[in-house]
Amino acid sequence: MSKIHVTTTVNGDEVEFLCDPRETLLDALRDKLNLTGVKEGCGTGDCGACSVTLDGRLVCSCLVLGAEAEGKSVGTVEGMSEGEELHPLQKKFIEYAALQCGVCTPGILVATKALLEKNPDPSEEEVRYWLAGNLCRCTGYDKIIRAVLDTAADMRGDA
Amino acid sequence: MALDEYKPQKGGSELGSEKQGFKVVGTTPDRPDGIDKVTGRAKFGADAYAPGMLHAAIVRSPHAHAKILKIDTSKAEALDGVKAVVTRADFATGLKGENWNILENVMANDTALYDGHAVAAVAATSALIARDAVKLVEVEYELLEHVTDVDKAMEPDAPVIRAGIAEKSVPEGMHPNVVRYHESGHGDVEKGFAEADLVVEDHFRTEATHQGYIEPHACLAQLGSDGKGEVWCCTQGHWNVQKVCAALVGTETSQLRVTASEIGGGFGGKTAVFIEPVALALSKKANRPVKLVMSRSEVLRATGPTSSASMDIKIGMKKDGRITAAEGTFRLQGGAFPGAPMEFSAMCAFACYDLENVRQVGFDILANRPKQAAYRAPGSPMAAYAVESVVDELCNKLNLDPIETRLMNASKEGTKASYGPRFEQIGLVETLQAAKAHPHYTAPLGEGQGRGISCGFWFNHGGETSVSLALSEDGTVQLAVGTPDIGGSRASMGMMAAEELGIPYENVRCTIADTATLGYNEISHGSRVTYASGLATIKAARDAKKKLCARAAAKWGIDEDAVVWEDGCAKPSGPNAGDFDPLPIEKITRSMGRTGGPIVGHFEATPEGAGVSFATHIVDAEVDKETGKTSVVRYTVVQDAGKAIHPTYVEGQYQGGAAQGIGWALNEEYIYGEDGRLQNTVFLDYRIPVASDLPMIDTVIVEVPNPGHPYGVRGVGETSICPPLAAIANAVSAAAGVRLRELPMSPPRILEALEKQSDG
Repeated sequence: MSKIHVTTTVNGDEVEFLCDPRETLLDALRDKLNLTGVKEGCGTGDCGACSVTLDGRLVCSCLVLGAEAEGKSVGTVEGMSEGEELHPLQKKFIEYAALQCGVCTPGILVATKALLEKNPDPSEEEVRYWLAGNLCRCTGYDKIIRAVLDTAADMRGDA
Repeated sequence: MALDEYKPQKGGSELGSEKQGFKVVGTTPDRPDGIDKVTGRAKFGADAYAPGMLHAAIVRSPHAHAKILKIDTSKAEALDGVKAVVTRADFATGLKGENWNILENVMANDTALYDGHAVAAVAATSALIARDAVKLVEVEYELLEHVTDVDKAMEPDAPVIRAGIAEKSVPEGMHPNVVRYHESGHGDVEKGFAEADLVVEDHFRTEATHQGYIEPHACLAQLGSDGKGEVWCCTQGHWNVQKVCAALVGTETSQLRVTASEIGGGFGGKTAVFIEPVALALSKKANRPVKLVMSRSEVLRATGPTSSASMDIKIGMKKDGRITAAEGTFRLQGGAFPGAPMEFSAMCAFACYDLENVRQVGFDILANRPKQAAYRAPGSPMAAYAVESVVDELCNKLNLDPIETRLMNASKEGTKASYGPRFEQIGLVETLQAAKAHPHYTAPLGEGQGRGISCGFWFNHGGETSVSLALSEDGTVQLAVGTPDIGGSRASMGMMAAEELGIPYENVRCTIADTATLGYNEISHGSRVTYASGLATIKAARDAKKKLCARAAAKWGIDEDAVVWEDGCAKPSGPNAGDFDPLPIEKITRSMGRTGGPIVGHFEATPEGAGVSFATHIVDAEVDKETGKTSVVRYTVVQDAGKAIHPTYVEGQYQGGAAQGIGWALNEEYIYGEDGRLQNTVFLDYRIPVASDLPMIDTVIVEVPNPGHPYGVRGVGETSICPPLAAIANAVSAAAGVRLRELPMSPPRILEALEKQSDG
């Protein structure tokens, strides 16, 4: 079967890969580019564990074909920190114990980063509805919500 | 609790603990795997790759019950890229007992026993080719009658799933699908019911639910023709994977080395073995490493959901609230294999109550569903739902306060438990008192809201445990434990080692060792990790301290007994006190090569003092009488942790259990069609709670020390899922005036109950 040559930008770096026309962006990121921080929890767009940004828009990478990344810019959890310096959300998630098993964490971090870029001062309800597409089975969401709201306050410079 | 009021709890009181003045225990340091998990570096089951690796996929039965007449793999084998196809013929023969059950579940022999039962598997050069090849495997079936409902599976005309396997204890005349029976209790229930002022008797049903861990099962396996192999997998117990896989593929246990990956949730569902033997069999045949990852629909159809249950509860009460007798019958189907935890339902059902007269019976029933697995306190939540609903009904009818009534009847130290033994020091009364004192209990309710209370109980467990604590030359510590870390236990272990050795938490690195590194470790189940591996860590640290003191004694030329360990240093004591400067850990370890060799502390044993655990939950629910939708608007968990090592992680266990219980109560259920096929096989249809479904979940950590642990620890992972089902049902009853006796309390069921109420 002939494969498709894709050139795209991932976390700021230009990359190339060959993919089957049926291959999802999720599988391409994991299997071709070794970006295994992107997780598959369902493959049907219901759990959000594979959340990435595509030209700045939050998507489930299991619902995007690898070939669709051609010429676009992809952002994954691996691109969140600046070198050794963690993103404020990453720090707060550890501090607040906003993760237990951690498998939903990459998707939730990518999703909440996208939220705070759009809305730096979300209410609890806005965070809950924004994250309604990211399933977490361990935490009951309580500590995640607290970590996100506290990060937002810090990033705004509130005391 | 309002957002701005929240402060992480600091470990609460130290009621009568053996040890006082903790320095590390009770604080909330960062977990050692924190950075890996927020950066995407942490490697889970599906994140391993090997040179030459193949991808596997499984052929599954679309039928609930069918004879397998023929499997033709030739077309699949002919597909370019396919390297191996296996069927039952490629696994060990002559297995007995539970190994036979597991093999039969892992790969069907001559009969498919449920929708999703594995019948063959393929390995190919890509996952897409493997999936294409699955479609080319031709299986000829002869359909058989099926049954998926627990009550129907006991009826005389139900199809027999496996004849002749019922245990002798099963009463005569029962359907062959009833395979195990349990009976326990004490006193005379008939006499007790005769003494009651009011007796309430009711029937309850709960549907099967799934643990719903976000990470599907995944493994990477290699098995050579020499019988030597390696497995990397997400599991709650890699020694169990080693033992089961060795039996199923016919090699020796020690020839398989199993490494536990990071695990993306388990909740009991990853205590069982499903895919690892299949990957090993494919690897052996293809002579290449094989990766096998389940899809979500495979997880729902063919792993281990809970049992569904049918229960009868009868409780007698005096006007003042004293319970005179309690009786329960618990019928659980656990799929097409024996093992439904009906004895746990029966034994947990009335454990919260100090009863003179109590009797409980259980039936384990086969049905054409997947083999059930543990899910957080297996068997207990459904029993608590039924019993605590009846207690609530009695309180309502006798106009009694639900907490006062429970306090009057509560089990305490010395109570003869409903399941037999006498309780040691336990904390049920303390959770009830803390719930009563909590502002939530007396807060005003909004329009259309009701408040529910429920208690819950779980045994907790010890189990075989092996830990090694090795000192490095710079005085830091490598702690190897064998219980996979599901929710932050490496932090708790590191804290206990640091506490015991008197060194900073940061100087301990705790890792989960593979099967080649330590002796056997039982699965991370039964809320045993912080208790048993924690106890093992403390004992291993004490062993290391003894060895450190011996080196100091030799250096000083004094008796070993004359050296004590304090604040990370060996110090002379007794008549030698003050004779020598304290010797810090790093000074001893730096020269250990010259003073007797490496210093390693060990623990290998089976701790048996896991203290039982109780919880009391308070919930406010709001029922929309037009749509039937129930919203949980406020939730408080009060639970006895014995001693909270890392209080924030304890809170997390409380909150997670409550959230899963809310899902079980309101949304989640296995829905089988008339054809016996599972109808909701994706997360869109099997709907677990999402962030916008839930309120903040407040927690109170009660600490009544467990006498069986050096620091008083009780397991906390499971009890938190026991009270929510009943607490929410009681809140719904208070809010809408209808008693839901079947879960989930979905909008159609609520509407139906409301209609009946207005008709009546």
